[in-house]
Amino acid sequence: MVALTVEAPAAYVAAGQRIDIEKVSHQFELEGEPLPVLDEVGFSVEPGSFVALLGPSGCGKSTLLRLLAGLDHPTEGALKVDGTVVGDPDPSRILVFQDPTLFPWRTVWDNVALGLEAQGILKSSRHRVDKAIELVGLGGFDKAYPHQLSGGMAQRVALARALVNEPRLLLLDEPLGKLDSLTRLTMQTELVKLWQEAGLTAVLVTHDVEEALFLTQRVLIFGPRPARIVADITVDLPYPRHRGDPRLAELRREALGHLGLAATW
Amino acid sequence: MTSIDPAFSERAQAPVQEANQARAGIWLVGLAATASWIGVAALIELWPEIIPQPYGRELAIIALAIALAVAVVAATGKLLGPVAGTVRYYGPWFIAAAVLMAAWEVVTAKTGWLPVPFFSSPQSILEVFFDDWARLAESVYHSVLLLAKGYFFGALAGFLTGVTIGWSRAASYWVHPVLRLIGPLPATAWLPLAFFLFPTSGSASVFLIALATAFPVTILTWSGIASVNRDYYDIARTLGAKPSFLILKVAIPAALPHVFVGLFMGLGTSFAVLVIAEMLGVKAGLGWYLQWAQGWAAYANMYAALLVMALMCSGLITILFRVRDWSLSWQKGLVRW
Repeated sequence: MVALTVEAPAAYVAAGQRIDIEKVSHQFELEGEPLPVLDEVGFSVEPGSFVALLGPSGCGKSTLLRLLAGLDHPTEGALKVDGTVVGDPDPSRILVFQDPTLFPWRTVWDNVALGLEAQGILKSSRHRVDKAIELVGLGGFDKAYPHQLSGGMAQRVALARALVNEPRLLLLDEPLGKLDSLTRLTMQTELVKLWQEAGLTAVLVTHDVEEALFLTQRVLIFGPRPARIVADITVDLPYPRHRGDPRLAELRREALGHLGLAATW
Repeated sequence: MTSIDPAFSERAQAPVQEANQARAGIWLVGLAATASWIGVAALIELWPEIIPQPYGRELAIIALAIALAVAVVAATGKLLGPVAGTVRYYGPWFIAAAVLMAAWEVVTAKTGWLPVPFFSSPQSILEVFFDDWARLAESVYHSVLLLAKGYFFGALAGFLTGVTIGWSRAASYWVHPVLRLIGPLPATAWLPLAFFLFPTSGSASVFLIALATAFPVTILTWSGIASVNRDYYDIARTLGAKPSFLILKVAIPAALPHVFVGLFMGLGTSFAVLVIAEMLGVKAGLGWYLQWAQGWAAYANMYAALLVMALMCSGLITILFRVRDWSLSWQKGLVRW
């Protein structure tokens, strides 16, 4: 894997957004039957912090991210970003999916440039694309097509595609979920670096307890669907962290307990 | 879709073969091909014809020219570049063609085993090319022009309709039943009506060819747009894309591989309609030439026209392949061609 050697460009230091989620409930229609996925979820996230949403798969964490991105709207309650109710999707809040979902007909450079092109500001900000590609350590791969990249590289491109828009809120939906375990460990460290350098608010959805504790400052644990918050753990450890830290092991036992898996520890 | 052009991938292996032969020094297949075409020339020149025909000498010269060309490739090796590679790849075909040519020559001109005039000798077809090339060329011109007009409008209409119904639920609601009813109807069924409704048989033919092209292009563009990964839209929307961007920069590029399948199918059906329209209405083009030759019992002209038509159709298909390869170059390595 390519080591991250680029210093934080000033352009990426933007203030993170504050999130206030107030009694949000959401349900889907499944064959005519309402299927509740979120049940009066409420919490706030301080600007610039890194928060994990942890819970069993299918519990509605990803739905919450889609609501925050503005791709869907909640059945009840309100999601506020910097005090304003979330409306349509906006490039200041970017969602990174589990699959990199790069456009296969576009090169790495063109994929990263997607947001700027969509907003009609590509001509004046081409250097931002180059910078974002450098930032994720993929300099020199500008002209490669997605099918020529490894899973880890593709996910880096997806991150660059998000970061080039200078988002103030980065929504990560299990972005490392499909990577092999070694690439995953490398990318975890890099995610922390990117977050620190960009100064944005980051929300990570994961069902990996260790990942949540290693990366973030606060872990919100969700119960099974319909999701509600069952625990709110503060990870009071400075960065850079060490995977073998006994405090992490302690927090892990606590988290697994909330997930009903204490016996496995 | 992957199996449409098998020669494409096969030919890619030719350089390897070529390199092996270059190492061996002598291209044996090439020498055999040279010898067999010299044999064809000798057979034409030395075996007297049962019914003397013009252009026997010219045919023998052409056979010798082929022999010479193959010999040059065999002698120069890789100096001639990709052309030599192609000739070498088709080396065994040169031998097979020589054998077929000799057999054809024997059963027609030399022995008359196949009844005249229904079966023409190679030199009588050559005679058509020498003496009637102007009319043939004009026919090709008219055919290509008519096809191009009809295909262009049909492909454009099909593409736009496909995108519209793939994108808009309302458009799909209204257009889908019409497509279901009218689409499967062969375009040729409209022929009598079209010649009656349109001011000229030319415009009627353009309409029919367009109709034949539009249906497959519409259906495949539609299915292409409909099968675009929904996540692409979500991604683009969170990045600030407006609906026009979603259509032009997401839906259409993602659907393009399907669109090309539709374009190929449309081109195939448009050939059929072209020939029928020319035979029945338009007084020009290769279809008309075939009819005209039949009227005069000029069978050699028919064979010549069929050959030209085959070259025209396969040439047009080749052009479409090139366009596809160029526009979908990103798919290389993703899809086996």
